[in-house]
Amino acid sequence: MNGVLTGWLRGRLLAPVLAVTFSALLCAVALLVSGDAPWTALKVMVSQVGQGTTAVDIVNSAAVYYLSGLAVALGFQMKLFNIGVEGQFRLAACVAAIVGGLWALPPVLHTVLIILVAVLVGAGWAGIAALLKAYRGVSEVISTIMLNAISTGVIAYLIRPDTFGVLEGNNISTKPIAPSGQFPGISLGDKGTVFGMVFVAAALGVGYWFMLGRTRFGFELKASGESPTAAAAGGVNARRMTVLALLLSGAVAGMVGLPELLGRDFAYTLNSPQGYGFTGIAIALLGRNNPVGIAAGSLLWAFLDKAALALDNIGVPREIAVIMQGVTVISVVIAYEIVRRYELSAQRRKVASDASVALGSSDAPPSSGPPPSGPPSLGSAAGPSSSGPASGLAGSSGNPSEAR
Amino acid sequence: MTTVNPTAAPGPAPATVPAGPPPKRRLPGWARGAGAAGAAVAVLVVTSALTGQHELTSSGTAQAALRLLLPILLAGLGGLWAERAGVINLGLEGMMILGTWGGAFAGLHWGPWAAVLGGVLFGVLGGLLHALATVTFGVNHIVSGVAITLLAAGLTKYLSTLIFQPTSHNPRQSAPLTGFDTYSVQPLGNWLGTVEDHHTPVLSDLAGLLRGVLTGFTPLVILGLVLVPVSYWVLWRTRFGLRLRSCGENPYAAESLGVNVYRYKYAAMVVSGGLAGMGGVALVLNPGQLGYLEGQTGGRGYIGLAAMIFGNWRPGGLLAGSALFGYVDGLQLRAGGQAVHDLLYGASLLAIVVAIAWALRRRWLPSVLAAAAGIAAYAVYFFTDTVPREFATYAPQLVTLVVLAVAAQRLRPPDADGLEYRRGSE
Repeated sequence: MNGVLTGWLRGRLLAPVLAVTFSALLCAVALLVSGDAPWTALKVMVSQVGQGTTAVDIVNSAAVYYLSGLAVALGFQMKLFNIGVEGQFRLAACVAAIVGGLWALPPVLHTVLIILVAVLVGAGWAGIAALLKAYRGVSEVISTIMLNAISTGVIAYLIRPDTFGVLEGNNISTKPIAPSGQFPGISLGDKGTVFGMVFVAAALGVGYWFMLGRTRFGFELKASGESPTAAAAGGVNARRMTVLALLLSGAVAGMVGLPELLGRDFAYTLNSPQGYGFTGIAIALLGRNNPVGIAAGSLLWAFLDKAALALDNIGVPREIAVIMQGVTVISVVIAYEIVRRYELSAQRRKVASDASVALGSSDAPPSSGPPPSGPPSLGSAAGPSSSGPASGLAGSSGNPSEAR
Repeated sequence: MTTVNPTAAPGPAPATVPAGPPPKRRLPGWARGAGAAGAAVAVLVVTSALTGQHELTSSGTAQAALRLLLPILLAGLGGLWAERAGVINLGLEGMMILGTWGGAFAGLHWGPWAAVLGGVLFGVLGGLLHALATVTFGVNHIVSGVAITLLAAGLTKYLSTLIFQPTSHNPRQSAPLTGFDTYSVQPLGNWLGTVEDHHTPVLSDLAGLLRGVLTGFTPLVILGLVLVPVSYWVLWRTRFGLRLRSCGENPYAAESLGVNVYRYKYAAMVVSGGLAGMGGVALVLNPGQLGYLEGQTGGRGYIGLAAMIFGNWRPGGLLAGSALFGYVDGLQLRAGGQAVHDLLYGASLLAIVVAIAWALRRRWLPSVLAAAAGIAAYAVYFFTDTVPREFATYAPQLVTLVVLAVAAQRLRPPDADGLEYRRGSE
């Protein structure tokens, strides 16, 4: 039992721990090269969390990253790369801010309307890529990248003073949303205010887990991602799943801008933050599309963001945090791959030794290598290699030299 | 390739034609390319004559188009090399960013040719990283590409603050570089200039386009354009190229013939990264704005990839794709929303021609769709006066989407593009 638990822990935790350690080491080297002490830098990064509103800020921006990561992960589940979360969330936030600023409705209704508009705009913008993918075979990677750029133009047009914008000082902005449309947060006094949308994000995480793990739709989604042909044979309409997955992804993406819009800014301006969509890709990778993993990834990312500011204050270049983020993503991805291969070859070795033991107890000569074709029971025991014991053994003997 | 006819005697010359309907005669690639280019020029000339918008065919626009085509073309060639070897390179954008920094750094110290070399070297580093992640470690290609782009953006930010800021007093920019001298084909250029200034319909338009291409180019433009046939020759006419492409089509078959697939994929990624890095240098050494500027790639790596897809993973088509994007970009930069608005007129003309072509082949559905698109484009042209500046800026991206939507289904990527390959696992 204990062995099972540690095995499970190793499978889940080994790769991320390896990756974070590796990237921390690399950044330490970068710091040493540029002449700063890694130890002081680390101390500053950790101690900043307790100061002022930093802890709450981290949670708030983690909620934004969490939504973005979920949106990307929804696409990843079907092997779709929604690079367009960036454009979807920005356009959705902009249009939602415009609609929210036009009228003042009764309190709850107003907020719900704004959220609904954001969800619909996000889904609609993703829907263009979805239709192009499903009916014209255009790679969603390319089309969403183009849509990102186009959305920048659409936003610039929408918040022009002669369309829906208002000129405020040097900045162009949408009309501010009346208090009835704002999403109340939880105030912690000096420590800051937790956005109300943080809880919506958490609820969406639970919904994501439930949908993928407990519903037929989620199963079909994952199945058509794993093997479109097998899913089609099972009666799943792959084209419909493509469209639905991208629409869902876009709908969640539409909410990415809302925590800040409804909890802090109350208007969309030309200077409204950008880049959350691309961060979402990195975070979905860090979290391996798992709702808890994405939460951990977004907290880590938000922590590093804030650490950049703290490092800046003591004269360490803040870009070190950006580099650390990039290196963490690459090393997480590689670490998972290495751990996966290691476990696969370990499994194969185990199957191979089991097989030779089983053969040894029967009348076959021991330690003479595998028979050219094993009995059917052995074939099914080879499990993960799924191609019979012979190829499993060949793979395991060839593996140690290549798995490096 | 010879066709084997089982009934024919095994003679030295199996010249027998297989049974069945004779294969449809197709024009050779260069002829179709020339035809497409001619059609494009014709549409522009007619549009320019009918709308009175001379910027559509002015030498300035053609010159700007050529300069803006170059980074997209080089990035696209980088994508071509990678994908022909079976590696999807979404890190092109990141490698271009690395190229801009490396080019600017070397250019500041040792002049423009060193800038080219520096950018290529930095791009190669990005390409090697992508190869390490995807080929050696089997990481998903798109994941690795996105990560490399993020990493490159962070790294160049860090490096430019560290190294460029002391001289330029701006962390996002380098000090101005010395660029290449520009060259022109004289006296032909001047003569074309006088023809252009007469504003004779058709003749002046042609002269303008030709003059733009023949004047004010840099050695880098020549180098980039020469790399197109060179890539074709290496990839399709040499043993090395055949093996490299076989790694992209069926790596296990290549392996069974003794090809070291890993080595070929690494080689392809080195070339790919180098070309993308050179694309970054093309931006840094653009005569309009010499120097490193943060975010100056502006997604051109992705547009290059789209140009390659548009070109059906072939160098000639890639050139056409990048010419299209370069032209639209150059036009909107020089003449703004007004000219893009007039381009809508050209688009509606083109759509009607396409509709008629489909109708002649009795393919009614595409014909009706093309006609509807043409009418819609004309309606937008008719009811608006200009394209808002904000939209005009993103005209190349919009054109990319439309073109991909029209073209994407008839394309054929390499068979094993983006798939993981592990030696001996099949």
